[in-house]
Amino acid sequence: MTSAVEETPTIQPPITAAKSKKVSLADLKGQDLAQRKFARKLIAPALVAAILITQIPFLATIYYSFQDWNLARPQERSFAGFSNYVAVVTNGAFLPSIWATIRIVGGSMILSLLLGLGLAMLLDREFKGRALARTLLITPFLVMPAAAALIWKYSLLEVNTGMVNWGLGLLGIPPIAWNTDHPALTIVFTLTWQYTPFMMLILLAGLQSQAGDILEAANVDGAGALQTFRYMTLPHLRTYAELAILLGTVFMIQVFDPVNIMTKGAGNTKTIAYLLYERAFIGQQVGEAAAYGVITVILTILFATVALRTLFKIFTEEAR
Amino acid sequence: MFPTTQRRMGVIGLGLGFGLALSGCAGFGNLGTQPGVTTVTLASVNNPQMQDMAQLLPEFNKLHPEIKINMIFMEENDLRNAATKDVATQGGQYDIMTVGAYEVPIWGQNRWLVDLTDLAAKDPSYDVADFFKPVRDGVSYDGRLYAVPFYGESSFLMYRKDLFQQAGITMPERPTWDQVAEYAAKLKDPSKDRAGICLRAKPGWGEMFAPLTTVVNTFGGQWYNMDWQAQVNSPGFTDAVKFYIKTLDQSGEGDPVSFGFTECLNLFSQDRAAMWYDATSAAGSVEDPKNSRVAGKVGYVRAPVKLTQNSGWLWSWNLGINAKSKHKEAAWEFVKWATSKDYAKLVGSTLGWSRTPPGTRKSTYEIPEYVQAGGDFAPLTAKIMNEVDPTKPGVDPQPWVGIQYVTIPEFQDVGNQTSQLLADVIAGRRTLTAALDEGQKIAQRAGNNQKKG
Repeated sequence: MTSAVEETPTIQPPITAAKSKKVSLADLKGQDLAQRKFARKLIAPALVAAILITQIPFLATIYYSFQDWNLARPQERSFAGFSNYVAVVTNGAFLPSIWATIRIVGGSMILSLLLGLGLAMLLDREFKGRALARTLLITPFLVMPAAAALIWKYSLLEVNTGMVNWGLGLLGIPPIAWNTDHPALTIVFTLTWQYTPFMMLILLAGLQSQAGDILEAANVDGAGALQTFRYMTLPHLRTYAELAILLGTVFMIQVFDPVNIMTKGAGNTKTIAYLLYERAFIGQQVGEAAAYGVITVILTILFATVALRTLFKIFTEEAR
Repeated sequence: MFPTTQRRMGVIGLGLGFGLALSGCAGFGNLGTQPGVTTVTLASVNNPQMQDMAQLLPEFNKLHPEIKINMIFMEENDLRNAATKDVATQGGQYDIMTVGAYEVPIWGQNRWLVDLTDLAAKDPSYDVADFFKPVRDGVSYDGRLYAVPFYGESSFLMYRKDLFQQAGITMPERPTWDQVAEYAAKLKDPSKDRAGICLRAKPGWGEMFAPLTTVVNTFGGQWYNMDWQAQVNSPGFTDAVKFYIKTLDQSGEGDPVSFGFTECLNLFSQDRAAMWYDATSAAGSVEDPKNSRVAGKVGYVRAPVKLTQNSGWLWSWNLGINAKSKHKEAAWEFVKWATSKDYAKLVGSTLGWSRTPPGTRKSTYEIPEYVQAGGDFAPLTAKIMNEVDPTKPGVDPQPWVGIQYVTIPEFQDVGNQTSQLLADVIAGRRTLTAALDEGQKIAQRAGNNQKKG
């Protein structure tokens, strides 16, 4: 088999690359051209499969979004035109749901980032049992979302027997009906608890990549701990924080389990993911749910291209 | 040398792939084609009664060695989704399904289930008239039977006899809601963390709105009138919801929006509530000394009323046969066996009398061992199951059959969204009027669909 590897046609850097940066097939001759063509043929099946696998479900969703289709009324299935999209706008559930998603994800993001930063700073120090502390702090991230939601619902926030109300009782504060009075907060608690370790891990990696001699130099130059943190550590951590925020948003925006287990979508906790579930599986409105899905994809693309790009431009320009 | 090796490897790979695919197919296909054996697939909700059924399958096979039952268990919501998708897309994947009382008339109307009326009447020993009439009505559409009841339940009021005695209150046999609210206010004891009454307020059409709709019915309200005009913000509905929320507020459990069936069962069993209005099937757990601290201390009376005679709900899990099934006859043989008079005796004598499926057949309540094991609540359950009227549970007539739900496909959605709005009212984030006006709009959209259809 070793000989087989050696005989595999390898793609060498084209000689014409020096003349122009962009190389088209027309510029290539002989063996280079043959190798390029061969490489493309090799990639083609994978590329076609990738396009089919990723795009066919989306095309099907677009098709369904133009159907008037309630699963339980099979006789009345028909072409709906834009009526599903009109329903999305006029039903009045979509905007509150976006707002709920922004509040819950944003709130959990800020809290878990701050807590994660604090814990990362502590773990960056040398102390006995650091490995153990790090393992313990990471565990919430390893708990399944549904299990985390159950822990918060029954063990921590239960009105009579929950630990949080017991703790408040010691301070003389009467028990709080968390789920009734502060449903959005219960989701934020759960998400923050779950994602703080994630933020902590990324920020800790950032802290540990900071060169010690620079910090020492700052110390020699007379910078205090706060000044070092403000002017040296924070700018260094910015790229790590960006990554943490981006990945955290991607994860948290899919929040479903805590909503389904703890609040059932009541009281400003109906996030986009839960709303879609409700339309498709409780409402059984396949067409309407598909329309919600399509609009969500469009909004996400818009958000990703406009907001994220400008956001990161600001970051990169500031860094220069 | 290399190309040939590669080609040979490729051929071997292809051969392997095809071989696997073929053998896989053959193996799968063979399952159903053992000579003379028909495999019937049953999609079932994972309730204890159904799991008992799975345990007793060998008994069925003794009678019918030619039929093999393949049971698939799912959680209630998953089953509802999977079964709905199967019948709605004409898949025919499941031959028999456990279908809730809410879906049977809808699916019957869509001709998704086999009409069982004639099959059931053919065998005199099956005795269809032995099923409680309200339960039978609940699973019929246009007078035809589309599923047969496996077990059923109504709702009643559970109360702590010891606490009532201490307080010197006698619980009437047919209490009114005003009395219950008064007792609840007297018996609540914040120093012992004890609520006066536990009422479900967790959002969901099957959680909050199961008991709440029965309250709406007895207060003279209803979801829709005879013309499918929504009645959610009408006086009867409003009064009922106002009463329910006020009772919760004054003497209900803390954090009501967290409380559904399971949570209330916990609260009541742990001596943390003086009364609980819920399903008759809860009594079995309440009287189980292993999990309940109040076993033996609980009394049972009919569901509280206001303007109507009865107010209990009606629910059943039923066995229905998929209209697209290829093994309808074999499926019916099994359905007949599992819902026959003898099945109740079989469960009782092999697994214990407390595990007999309740609430479907009168004859079950004539078995002396069952009545003895059932304690106070079994005879009352039988009485209630006979008294409730799913065709007209409220004060005014209604165009559907069903007590705590409306048998239209959109009701899950309507009930769900309205219950979320009411959760806001309980927490004080929204006024009752605003919530019910919004609920009215949601219900009317579904009502308009119904007018069209």
